[in-house]
Amino acid sequence: MKAHLLFRDRDAEIVYPDVDGRARPGVRPGDGASPNSPARLDAPVDLVADLGLEQLFAAMAGGDAFLGAVARQVVLAPLGDLDTIGYRQAALHDTLVHRDAVQAIYDLVVGAIDGERRNFFGLFTRSPESILHRSSEVMAFFVGVLRQLRSLAEHHADRFESEAFTTLFSMLSKELSDDYFAEVDAHLKRLRFSGGVLVSAELGGGAHGASYVLRAPNQPTGRRHLRDLFGAGHAHTVVVADRDEAGLQTLGQLRDRGVNLVADALARSVDHILAFFRLLRMEIGFYLGAAELHRVLASKGEPVCVPEVLPTTAQAWSARGLVDVCLSLTTTEPVVGNDVDADAVPLVMVTGANQGGKSTFLRSVGQAQLMAQCGLFAGATSLRLSIAEGCFTHFKREEDTSMTHGKLDEELYRMRAIVDQVAPGSVVLCNESFSATNESEGSEIGRQVVQALVDCDVRVFFVTHFFDLADGFARQAATPVRFLRAERGVEGSRPFHLVEAPPRRTGYGEDVYRRVFGDQAAR
Amino acid sequence: MPATWAHGAVITDFSSVLFGHGTALHGAGGGDRGHEQPACFTDLNLDQLVASIVADFEEYDLAPLFWDRLTSEDAVAYRHEVFEDLEQPELVETVQRFAEQMRAMRRQLAQARTLRNGYQQAWWYLAATTTYRRAIEHLDGDLAGVELASRGLCGLRHFVQGYRASPRFSTLAEHQDRLWAALGTVKYCLRIHGSRIEVRLYDGEADYSQMVATTFEKFAQGEVTDRRVGFRSYPDLDHVEAAILDHVAQLHAETFALLVRHPAEHQDFLDPTIARFDREIQFYLAFRHWQRALERAGLTFCHPAVSVTSKAESVRGMFDAALAGKLAASARPVVANDYELDGPERALVISGPNQGGKTTFARAVGQIHFLAGLGVPVPAASARLFLCDRVFTQFERQEDMASHSGKLQDDLERMRGILEVATERSLVVMNELFASTTLHDARLLGRRILEQILDRDMLCVCVTFIDELSRLRPSTVSMVSSVVPDDPTVRTFRILRRPADGRAYALAIAERYGLTYEHMKARLAS
Repeated sequence: MKAHLLFRDRDAEIVYPDVDGRARPGVRPGDGASPNSPARLDAPVDLVADLGLEQLFAAMAGGDAFLGAVARQVVLAPLGDLDTIGYRQAALHDTLVHRDAVQAIYDLVVGAIDGERRNFFGLFTRSPESILHRSSEVMAFFVGVLRQLRSLAEHHADRFESEAFTTLFSMLSKELSDDYFAEVDAHLKRLRFSGGVLVSAELGGGAHGASYVLRAPNQPTGRRHLRDLFGAGHAHTVVVADRDEAGLQTLGQLRDRGVNLVADALARSVDHILAFFRLLRMEIGFYLGAAELHRVLASKGEPVCVPEVLPTTAQAWSARGLVDVCLSLTTTEPVVGNDVDADAVPLVMVTGANQGGKSTFLRSVGQAQLMAQCGLFAGATSLRLSIAEGCFTHFKREEDTSMTHGKLDEELYRMRAIVDQVAPGSVVLCNESFSATNESEGSEIGRQVVQALVDCDVRVFFVTHFFDLADGFARQAATPVRFLRAERGVEGSRPFHLVEAPPRRTGYGEDVYRRVFGDQAAR
Repeated sequence: MPATWAHGAVITDFSSVLFGHGTALHGAGGGDRGHEQPACFTDLNLDQLVASIVADFEEYDLAPLFWDRLTSEDAVAYRHEVFEDLEQPELVETVQRFAEQMRAMRRQLAQARTLRNGYQQAWWYLAATTTYRRAIEHLDGDLAGVELASRGLCGLRHFVQGYRASPRFSTLAEHQDRLWAALGTVKYCLRIHGSRIEVRLYDGEADYSQMVATTFEKFAQGEVTDRRVGFRSYPDLDHVEAAILDHVAQLHAETFALLVRHPAEHQDFLDPTIARFDREIQFYLAFRHWQRALERAGLTFCHPAVSVTSKAESVRGMFDAALAGKLAASARPVVANDYELDGPERALVISGPNQGGKTTFARAVGQIHFLAGLGVPVPAASARLFLCDRVFTQFERQEDMASHSGKLQDDLERMRGILEVATERSLVVMNELFASTTLHDARLLGRRILEQILDRDMLCVCVTFIDELSRLRPSTVSMVSSVVPDDPTVRTFRILRRPADGRAYALAIAERYGLTYEHMKARLAS
């Protein structure tokens, strides 16, 4: 039984979040989540910080840290295939339409996971008998939850449209039949071993018993009765005296050896069902987080659209009213959207006024790319973009630009790390890169880096205040470039708006200076 | 049989992989336990060296095998041949597998001895004889597949082949096969109910764990924790287990009767020649293992050409193997040196700046001669050596510094002791002899001692601060520790053949400041 809500044919490779404040559901040893721990989640530290994604995750969490942690993992594992993106877009649409039904399934699953932890002793003992006992009880509890899950699935089956949800529902009602529940009940009853434990053994190393296997007693037949009568199946009996503690211990251990495998089988089954619940919780959780994000943005009146995602080869990247979603989540003011038309244009250079919305624009590009590629909607009135093989950010670390060699080293080091990983079809977002050195040097480095990236089919969005760098690209024709320029907002209206315009030699530092110090100081 | 059988002359009465027939030894103990480490071991650091060679091979008590040296070129060749054969990795694997199986066999025998239950004892004894048999079978099979040239290993191969075909061995194998087949069919059921355990024959009952697992198969979600409990098992059976085993033995009476007869039937299953090989081959493996570690650090070993008649020696790339072990461990470079003894030359007289590697050089010469006599590869890129009968050392003793006269006497007495037992085939390594006496005494005594040694045509290495000893006779060769020409404070640890000349050091310092004759002349001429 599989959830398969995030991928049509496989489980999502996400780690069950170990969320503080929710009784740390993920840390008990042996609950089955550990094998998937992806190392790559450490890598996009830059990406998260540069794009302001914490705001996005917090909004998707909507107060449930578990959902936030799931959102982080899914958003940071962008998809490379159109098919799966479409699969998720459809499931997300179902969730937006039937949010209550999805929430009900989520709550049931969370109840099962919490109930297992709260109501049953942990597996601290190392005795097969106790493992068997506990596993039988938990199994009985889980069977109850599975019955409810099936009836929820059957109740909602007709109302959902997406392949992801309809497949899940039909799988549940098929696998969890009444006959199946009866079979499970029979096992749980038999595992009480009211007639003793029957174990087979062979002669192993050192003439010890070995290969202990629990056996289901044969049904008595006429032939066997006859054999018993004539002694062929006659049993030799060892009786352990009541006060013979060592002997009783050995007897208990023999019993344990017999029960060992079945206890293991049942405990594993319990773990598997628990793992199924947890996976279901995570996968549903992504959609519930998305629904919450959608609610918040919609209530602010921000534009939301289902992006049109194209193959990498289409070289598409155009948007209308593209907003910095994460900025919007931090303010009650509406944020200004920008338009980009960069289809078949591998380089977008953004120049212009300080505090004119350049960084905001760059973040909105990165967010749109990631959100589109994990199956989410986008913060834009329309978005049409190609899949990126990877998304990298190279942002200036601090706002001040004091020129020290250490900082340039640091910048070059990070760029080197990007170059080591970048593949054709990737998107690289540069924010004032190489500004740790002077314009002449920085421009030369930038020119060489950007040209190399573009020539290797990497799409680059480059924000810079280096006129020399931008102008160099403006004066050539070999590489198509789109130039955007941050304009001074007209007093009180449309701040942070970019227009398509070539680089201009003068920056707007003076404006800012004036704003800070006033006109008097400038004169 | 492989064609190589024709190459090595097969010893039909093989007894040892270390010693060909009639091999004589220098040393007291005949290659076995119970005698002492040679006196030169401490001064030459051979004690450390051997300790590190045998460190991982404790159970074989190999150290005494490194105490006695071979007397003939042929005996040395006998071992060189084996080392050369062991260059084949598959042969080393073969021998290591054999050794591992023999170790396993010994563990099993020890286990059999410690148990009380007769069935168990017999079981472990059977396990031991079976492991032994597999060891022989593998050894025989593997040896047939490798090319051997050494007399020692060809002899072994011939021996093993004959042994394996012997009635004694095949009877053992036949008994084992019968027993294991019978034991393999022993299968029974226990029904545990309350405090009763019924023991009876297994009757095809179905695997219930499997049935349960099948029911829940549909929930499988990838890896989950293995909840199987590991049981501590003790070799001994307790009374309940013993009672069960007795019942099982009754249910399978014939099989168990056969089992308990096995130990008595095969009391002396272990062949003495095999047992000896098992130990002696470890001499080679231990040395090889140690040698490889140094080779991985970039050092080179060679099989020396040895002679019992010619004292002409030629050594290239020689290093102190004990020191190299330490340097390699901390990835520091090891300096190698060369030397020659030609025609009448017998003594290497080493002088020059202190801390320049003189003592190390002297040790290396001592080591290389001792090791050559063991028939092992020596720490040098190439070596032609005299196979001396003994290696004597006379190193300065620190402990008696209080009394100079007493110390001088001790030194001389020890020297006399050496000269009393040394022969014209011995090597003497002297390090800073008489360093603590007056220059006049040191000159005199040094000359006297060296003359005695040279008179007797012995080989000698002499580290000294007395230049003139190097010019004593045509039989003395002068060698000097050297410094970096541009920076005389830096030692190269190279010992070079050139006239002892106290000025060499001073010239190097002058050169650094441009004050040599050549430099000054060139400067002044311009």
